[in-house]
Amino acid sequence: MDEKKSRRIGGKIILALTLLFFYFPIFYIIVFSFNDSRSLTKFSGFSLRWYEKMFSDSAMTEAILYTVLIAVIATLVSTVVGTITAIGLSRSSKVLTAIVERVNDLPVMNPDIVTAISLLMFFSVLAVKKGFLTMLLAHIMFCIPYVMLSVTPKLRSLDPNLIEAALDLGATPFQALTRVIVPQIRPGIVSGALIAFTMSFDDFVISYFTTGNGVNNISILVYTMSKRVNPSINALSTIVILLITVALGIVNIVPIIREKKEKKKQ
Amino acid sequence: MKQFRSMTYPYVAWITVMIVVPMLLIVLYAFTQSGNDVLTFRFTFDNFVRFVTDKIFRAVLWRSLYIAFFTTLICVLLGYPIAYAIAHLSEHGETVMILLITMPTWVNMLVRTYAWLGILKDDGVLNAFLGLFGIGPVTMLHTSFAVILGMVYNFIPFMILQIHTSLNKMDKNLLNAAADLGANNVQSFLRVTLPLSLPGVVSGITLVFLPAVSSFFIPKLLGGGQYVLVGNVIESQFLTSGDWNFGSAISMIMAVIIMLSMYFTRKIDVSVASGGKE
Repeated sequence: MDEKKSRRIGGKIILALTLLFFYFPIFYIIVFSFNDSRSLTKFSGFSLRWYEKMFSDSAMTEAILYTVLIAVIATLVSTVVGTITAIGLSRSSKVLTAIVERVNDLPVMNPDIVTAISLLMFFSVLAVKKGFLTMLLAHIMFCIPYVMLSVTPKLRSLDPNLIEAALDLGATPFQALTRVIVPQIRPGIVSGALIAFTMSFDDFVISYFTTGNGVNNISILVYTMSKRVNPSINALSTIVILLITVALGIVNIVPIIREKKEKKKQ
Repeated sequence: MKQFRSMTYPYVAWITVMIVVPMLLIVLYAFTQSGNDVLTFRFTFDNFVRFVTDKIFRAVLWRSLYIAFFTTLICVLLGYPIAYAIAHLSEHGETVMILLITMPTWVNMLVRTYAWLGILKDDGVLNAFLGLFGIGPVTMLHTSFAVILGMVYNFIPFMILQIHTSLNKMDKNLLNAAADLGANNVQSFLRVTLPLSLPGVVSGITLVFLPAVSSFFIPKLLGGGQYVLVGNVIESQFLTSGDWNFGSAISMIMAVIIMLSMYFTRKIDVSVASGGKE
């Protein structure tokens, strides 16, 4: 019994240290975003000056705007295209499926920097001016495979007879798609969209190589600004942490609320 | 059932243009001389030869592999006990811990790496803490220690989650059976738990090694401007010195090394998994 107890305490200590390791830097950045002085090491009093500075700095507000805008558009496009393609592939030949899956593997398995430079050269060879559009195209490109990876397993477990039944009962293929298939695979679509959003929101490497013309996202800004002490980055980081926590909270809490509502209906 | 087949055509066209052609460009540039016109290529192996023969670049490649190796090793050694401790929590505690470990990975990697700057400084909190014991101040920022720490911090969640999944899949009755057959705790861990969790360790290794070997902002932020890994060389070839041919060759070498190691770990993964079931 004693041995079991001490093992349990040992496990608790390990986990406490793990959480300290993971969360200390995050809390550190949040605390110092309210620091009155420039220092990153000595806290000299509470102030909101770095937030004021951040919101008056057009480079920072623009970066936030671009990050959110690109993440939203890339998520919408990649979720729609990824879902449609995954459904199409589930009805296509094995060879085509295998080819598309292997090609999709390239951006997923390759280091980001390889994908990034391939796009940089591609856009330059075509003489496309790098900026918002090239960054958006790149984001859509690397998001779609993740949507497909999360939708395809749901399609595999889908009963093919359902679609046959819908068609036999007089549904058009489009109706079968929107009324039968999509509702059945909705969890896969939602988690795919979520992955796409965070992939796009957090991306640094691919954005860094495919943007230009002064269009920056939050990651690029942090990278270029961190070369000298700039406490506004702490404020910006705190906003990022807040946004992601709220988004995650909504994603985790909404299903619980919905479930409760459905239970009430019954 | 052919109704939905045509829905794949737009995407096939898209990946041809946006994935296949750009990747082929890397190969094309890697094997051609710099300064070529788009239409007159001169094929050459010089870019590869230069990377392999140049002492500086060889040192960079060596250092990248060494840093990635140690990062992966530390992630296994720390990640395993953590995953093991999580797997032994109550069901509720397990869900909460997994959520708590996943949460930071959703926060921008750059932001999380930047957070360590203030902590690791000579007059930072960590040195203040060490000072209480009369140690230091120790220079931590701009050293290999800082780079490996930053990598472990960013990538260890992948390792923990992979090992945890494989520990969770394990049939708990196997441990009871081992105990009934007279195995003590250590024996049943070494003979039952460890072999069954190896697939998780293996896929965790690929998930850590891959980003570790190619990362370029962690060495730049925590290692300082002088700290150069393969990723930094590629970055400078494309963004400052403009030698795309050489940069492509380095990228190709790195991509091939990584693809091969992924392929072999997948093979090991499959054989370990099927071996475990028998």
